[in-house]
Amino acid sequence: MHTALLKVTALFYLVGAVAYLRFIFTLNERSAKIGRMLLLIGAILHGAGFVARYFVAGYTPITSLFESLSFSAFAIVCVFLAFELTYHLRVLGAFVAPLAFAFSISAALLPGEVKVLAPALNSYWLPVHVILLFFGNAVFAVAFGAGVMYLLMEKELKRKRMGAIFKRLPSLDVLDDINYRCLTIGFPLLTLGIITGSIWAEYAWGSYWSWDPKEVWSLITWMLYAALLHFRMTVGWRGRKAAIFAIVGFCAILFTFLGVNLLLSGLHTYTNLSG
Amino acid sequence: MSEIVIVGLNHRTAPVEVRERLAFPADTVGHALRGLRERDGISEGVILSTCNRVEVCVLSDEGYKGVEHVKEFLAGFHGVPIGELSDHLYHHLGEEAVRHLFRVSSSLDSMVLGEPQILGQVKDAYGYACEFKTIGPVLDKFFTKAFSVAKRVRTETRVANSAVSVSYAAVELAKKILGNLPDKTVMLIGAGEMCELAARHLLSAGAKGILVTNRTFERAVLLAEEFEGTAVRFEELPTHLKRADIILSSTGAPHFILKREDVEAVIRIRRNRPMFFIDMAVPRDIDPDANEIDNVYVYDIDDLNNVIETNLEDRQREASLAEEIVVAEVAGFRRWLDSQQVTPTIVSLRRKFDEVRQAEVAKALSALGTADPKTRKVIESLSSSILNKVLHSPIASLKRETDERSPMEMVTMVREIFDLPEEEAEETPEAAERAPGRGGSVGTQ
Repeated sequence: MHTALLKVTALFYLVGAVAYLRFIFTLNERSAKIGRMLLLIGAILHGAGFVARYFVAGYTPITSLFESLSFSAFAIVCVFLAFELTYHLRVLGAFVAPLAFAFSISAALLPGEVKVLAPALNSYWLPVHVILLFFGNAVFAVAFGAGVMYLLMEKELKRKRMGAIFKRLPSLDVLDDINYRCLTIGFPLLTLGIITGSIWAEYAWGSYWSWDPKEVWSLITWMLYAALLHFRMTVGWRGRKAAIFAIVGFCAILFTFLGVNLLLSGLHTYTNLSG
Repeated sequence: MSEIVIVGLNHRTAPVEVRERLAFPADTVGHALRGLRERDGISEGVILSTCNRVEVCVLSDEGYKGVEHVKEFLAGFHGVPIGELSDHLYHHLGEEAVRHLFRVSSSLDSMVLGEPQILGQVKDAYGYACEFKTIGPVLDKFFTKAFSVAKRVRTETRVANSAVSVSYAAVELAKKILGNLPDKTVMLIGAGEMCELAARHLLSAGAKGILVTNRTFERAVLLAEEFEGTAVRFEELPTHLKRADIILSSTGAPHFILKREDVEAVIRIRRNRPMFFIDMAVPRDIDPDANEIDNVYVYDIDDLNNVIETNLEDRQREASLAEEIVVAEVAGFRRWLDSQQVTPTIVSLRRKFDEVRQAEVAKALSALGTADPKTRKVIESLSSSILNKVLHSPIASLKRETDERSPMEMVTMVREIFDLPEEEAEETPEAAERAPGRGGSVGTQ
């Protein structure tokens, strides 16, 4: 039931992504409107699916890889829609919607049955820790999209050959502003996520910090974003460097989230491929 | 039959001296419109006069003759011998006229393809005609349609989307680099004409303030006053440069006045807030290598010209899409025009047959002598019923649109077959040749 609903949701994200891609090629405003509508419907369905699964499972459904991927997609779409509302940045949809589709369809292809919760996960800290981190990650996903757009646009402006990108992307200033805004929202979320995780670890495993691979990589990611924030505030780093950092930072997030689970083993290995 | 006629000249058919002589300054348009309207055979009229074109659009009751009327009017009003004008004037009739106005208002016929001013000028021309009451139902519908076609072209194609002049390209680039202009400061170095124009455009696009510097300080002060900005001494340029987001430069200096290191130093002081340099000087004022610094963008005059060139090519591509829209809209408007012509024909067809019927009924009744009311009623209704049945198919054919024949051809044919009154019929020389015996006079040749 959940997998079926998730497949429908993924379909909405896919068609939404296609509509946004069509928008970026044709600049037809209607396509962007349709894309937004599809993502919104997808997010509502997705949210309803989570609530349903919460009641079936009896815990916040973000414990397995299936659930985590699915929740990531949901968080990305929510954060994107919020940014769209603030910045009217329709082209961002063409970068973010495919990401949401990739996450949701990957989840939908995994076995999604509800399992008995491992004792360590049975805690109120679970939703707090995971939701903070996943929404932080989603904000950084938007920063990643804006960073890619920044580099493309900057390249055209520096080379002075105005092609299709020039007409389609927003100004460098707006893209850099989004990058900064994402950093000021995402970094506190990431920090709080790590702190709450650490408190929970003390309850569950009797130690605040165990240097397991996930914790190490979270720390690396945190330090990357901390450095970016620091340089932005002190030296006035902006533009290209900030965009590159946003892209590197998001790659670190992806590795912390997926790479560590799939390649390394540690205390955080609830979310392996077996679901 | 009435026909839309456009007679005019533009930048392609006439040199500026001729265009000047035929132009209608705003204060003469009312007088001209009234004069136009008083001419025989012209029932509605609009005059469009811009620096690139003068066009008179009328609804002529005499078809092709309308062209001659308008030419005479133009020559008479401006006191120019008609012979001098003929070479420069073009004319469009009917469907061609419709297509022409749709293209003009969509800026597909402009010197700079897609320039936005022309639509405003066409709207003004329409406004004058409304004010002086020289516009009627046909031209009113025609012009309103032209506005909606122009709007469609604007929203559905990107024919007018990109800047095609140096100063607009500068504004477009500034917006793409710096975002909103209202909190940005412009600095003018030197006093080149093109720089001034670009500065003016940047300010009207919302830029906050302007700093002006020049080797001759007095000149800087004068310019600063003109722009309501601040004059800065040339020697103090390095100190003030950090305040500027957009720098327009056109000094006559033989060497770079800003080297890469200078710009690097400034951008550091600005904590990397971006700077956009527009170097219009030849030889150049700003070291092009500065473009390699992060958050610094240096464009010289050739770069700007390249941007314009690409934009123009882009517009050309979009123009073919726009032409497709125009073709579709012309067909739609032609159908409306045709329907305007069909109704009067149906009315006169009915009127003519009814006259015949009434005369025959009167004859029959007088032959019957004193017929009782019932017999009268039966004869009346019999004749009406025959008439309705006989007329049903021709009227249905007139109203029906077929692929093989336009409603206009049907109208002409019906008028010929049934010898309908002439007052609304077409009167072009071609039509007269086609039907020499029309109008009741039997040909003698």
